[in-house]
Amino acid sequence: MNRWLLWVPLVLFGIFFAVVAAGLIRPKDNIIESKMIGKPIPEFALPAAIEQRPALSRADLATGKPQLLNIFASWCVPCIAEAPQLLELERAGVQINGIASRDTPADIANFLNRWGNPYVRIGTDVRSIVQLELGSSGVPETFVIDGNGVIVHQHVGDIRKDDVPKLLKILEEAR
Amino acid sequence: MTRFLALIALLMAIPVAAQNALPASPYAHQQLEDPVQEEKARSLMEELRCLKCQSQSIADSDAPMAGDMRSQVRERIAAGATPEEVRSWLIERYGDWVTYNPPVNAVTGPLWIAPIVLLIVATWLARGLFRRRKRDQKDVS
Repeated sequence: MNRWLLWVPLVLFGIFFAVVAAGLIRPKDNIIESKMIGKPIPEFALPAAIEQRPALSRADLATGKPQLLNIFASWCVPCIAEAPQLLELERAGVQINGIASRDTPADIANFLNRWGNPYVRIGTDVRSIVQLELGSSGVPETFVIDGNGVIVHQHVGDIRKDDVPKLLKILEEAR
Repeated sequence: MTRFLALIALLMAIPVAAQNALPASPYAHQQLEDPVQEEKARSLMEELRCLKCQSQSIADSDAPMAGDMRSQVRERIAAGATPEEVRSWLIERYGDWVTYNPPVNAVTGPLWIAPIVLLIVATWLARGLFRRRKRDQKDVS
């Protein structure tokens, strides 16, 4: 038998070890990106979540102007963390639509009174139906939608301070 | 101290419990009336991954969103969709990630092919070994 064949098991073990070590060292990535990016928003119509804001349907998101679609919930702690950033985006002239996930009108109203209401429209998605249609896997999540109603970007998790300029840039490019 | 910690834990849990403030989707915890359809839905649900608790199937998960997914699966199957149609509806939105029974493609291909290749190599090696042994035995006798 060839001498070098003796080394094959060791090399195989080395490869196996490297793969396992790489898997252990690499930080865990739990983000599931929606496969709907680049596709038009699916057809949907949600009833209004609170009295003060109108309902939300697909037609409201294809108006010729880029918009944000933010999925939030009163029971979601990171949603509180991103509230100031959403208000900042609103002040910058961005039209933000909200989808309240698995929530009650009273809790939503309470949440918005406390942390501010940056939304022009809020639909209530009590059974996560629109969330599943969008390929969204949790709250908060924010979608950038262009004027034709096509999803151009998905932001998973809360919007941090340094995400605001990024989102504004993406909105500008979607014009 | 334990009581105090328990109280803190309980207070922290309130926002989490609030997502259960709403009643579950109609078919989250209820089986379909037709046992054949329910069986189809059940076996599909065991192969669909929960989005919130990523190591569980939606059949196993207690997450409210998994309940919403179960209800969607059952309602779609009750409406006449085949399990594969429901699966591809979800794959279209979440990618292959969402199914525990991944389709064969360039990425998953090696996983399917590797065992077959290993089996062929093992058979070949074993054959060589057996032949040699036979020859040795003949030499002895």
